[in-house]
Amino acid sequence: MKHTLQQIFRSPNFVVGFSIFAVIILTVLIYPMLIPDPPLKIIAQGTFFEPGIYVNTYDTFSAPAYTLKLEGADSKRIASKLNDEDRLAMQKWLVGFGIPENEIDIQNTEALLDLWNTNFDPSKRFQGMTNADRNYYIRLNNSVQGLLSTAPAIIAATDETTGGLVETDRVQQSDYINVSQVSNVRILPLGTDNFGRDVLTELVAATRVSLMIGFVAGFVATLIGLVLGLVSGYVGGWVDDGIMFITNIFTVIPSFVLLILISFSIGQDKRGAFTIATVIGFTSWVWTARAVRSQVISLRNRDHVNLSKLSGHSIFYIIVNDILPYIASYVVMAFILQISSGILAEAGLSILGLGPRTTEVPTLGLMMNWAMIYQAHILGKWWAYFPVIITIALIAFSMNLMNTGMDQVFNPALRD
Amino acid sequence: MTREKKLYLSAKGVTKIFGLGRQKTLAVDNVDIDLYEGEVVSIVGESGSGKTTLSKILLGLISQTEGEIFFQGVKRDINSHAKKREYWKNIQAIFQDPFSSYNIFNKIDTVLLDCINMRGGRYFPREKKIEMMTEACSFVNLKFEELTNKYPFELSGGQMQRLMIARIFLLQPKILLADEPTSMIDACSRATILDELMHLRKEIGMTIIFITHDIGLAYYVSDKVYIMEKGRFVESGSADEVILTPRHDYTKRLLSDVPKIHEEWDLSTV
Repeated sequence: MKHTLQQIFRSPNFVVGFSIFAVIILTVLIYPMLIPDPPLKIIAQGTFFEPGIYVNTYDTFSAPAYTLKLEGADSKRIASKLNDEDRLAMQKWLVGFGIPENEIDIQNTEALLDLWNTNFDPSKRFQGMTNADRNYYIRLNNSVQGLLSTAPAIIAATDETTGGLVETDRVQQSDYINVSQVSNVRILPLGTDNFGRDVLTELVAATRVSLMIGFVAGFVATLIGLVLGLVSGYVGGWVDDGIMFITNIFTVIPSFVLLILISFSIGQDKRGAFTIATVIGFTSWVWTARAVRSQVISLRNRDHVNLSKLSGHSIFYIIVNDILPYIASYVVMAFILQISSGILAEAGLSILGLGPRTTEVPTLGLMMNWAMIYQAHILGKWWAYFPVIITIALIAFSMNLMNTGMDQVFNPALRD
Repeated sequence: MTREKKLYLSAKGVTKIFGLGRQKTLAVDNVDIDLYEGEVVSIVGESGSGKTTLSKILLGLISQTEGEIFFQGVKRDINSHAKKREYWKNIQAIFQDPFSSYNIFNKIDTVLLDCINMRGGRYFPREKKIEMMTEACSFVNLKFEELTNKYPFELSGGQMQRLMIARIFLLQPKILLADEPTSMIDACSRATILDELMHLRKEIGMTIIFITHDIGLAYYVSDKVYIMEKGRFVESGSADEVILTPRHDYTKRLLSDVPKIHEEWDLSTV
């Protein structure tokens, strides 16, 4: 046993796969201890907040202010406030004024503002310029001048007796606060989803539930397929005919259709994650059974099985000791494929709205479903679906690597 | 040979057909064979002549399509696991390929312990079991101390086949079916293994059926020879009779195929 484990951990494939899988499992286990928020709690008012560090604005006023004189701070501020629409309007006026278009770089904020300040004249009129256009350019100029002002922002509170505003604080343009001194900061590494829930917290919970669904589905499917395959392959005769008849019926009915029908008939209220996992397992054992059967048929006439028979062993003993170890690596591979296909089947069901009910736990499939329904992919909100895809891919990838590594150990003939 | 020998195993009209319809293959065709106590019998034929199928039918690993098999004068009945187990206490086999004869997940100890268990030694004290295994190994010039806790695939082909003979030593069956036991072994180990097998036969007095394609080997070891072609026996008789005065063409061809060391090889016919 110890020797086998040493062998397993010497295989680079296994080590890489195991590391990835261990990171996923550890994250799933440790993250909820650090951030114990319920994964489905709505924390954001609004949809699809971008990933980033969210600092409470109100708390920043009471945090101590530090003055820092930093190079280029003003131009950065102006650049971030000047949007593309304004830049295009400025370009349009300047072209009308007579500056060649290729000399205006609208992404270079400083050069653009220089050109604008030297050339803009509110009284100028070009051909085709309406009064509304002229007023628009005047307003644009005012806002540009406002951006350039160095006056502090004033924080005022309402005086309850007079109803007027009383100045309480001033925020200078060179004021800074230290984020660690702000009492409320929330890091949202993956932003929020369409309902305003923290995507990372949700993703961790969803990975846990989806892995559970995958394992249960894979376990059920592999167990049924293995038992039926072993019995029908080894015993043969009418037992084989009977089992293969049932297997063929399940083969010709597309398992996904069967899955949809069963999920639908269970009903929304009774569809928990565990139920869905069992149903997925019950509809996907067919290929495991067929593959195991054909492997067993090729094994049952081998000499070592004959020798075991001649040593007076029972059918059960021979199946467990002389057949099962020889197909163990195949069964592990099938189990791993069943896990990833279980996760994918759950995703497929969830997209059709037949997955686990949505009020209790998130799953990777449900997250994809929500992202799809709320058009995250069209709106470019990558953080709502891309991490989910990466997670599914990593789970499948790590398991396949582990399988390849284990294959070399389970099959002593492949040992080097 | 005045004393009448006891008839151990006999087959009457055994036929085995594989497949159905057009793909039907007649592997064994209406074969009769009688095996008496203490005989060494060879069944000689080329590949695909049905020797192995016949041996598996005699062993009871596959069932015949037609015909009857009598064991010690009574019709063989192996319909239940207990009856099969009882039958296999009397008849055992050595297979052709030692590399595929062992379960690669079982240690050598397991292989030998299975034999002790089969002979009713399941509850023997551990020391006695080890003593029996050591004795069996030393009979075939193997050292049990070196083999214990090893896997069969760590041994050489010759050692594996000798371990197979040690197995037979522990089981002490009445009949041994040796299905080309030396064909995968190099020439040096071959003679040793045959000698060990003959030594074992003398020791426990068993009947041996040799299945082989090597007619020289058959002549070397056996009392009686059966020549098999396409599923049926074309010639049979005592070894001297069949090999020194062959009557059937097939036997003559088999004999002419044996390379002769004393003569110069005639390459013109190749």
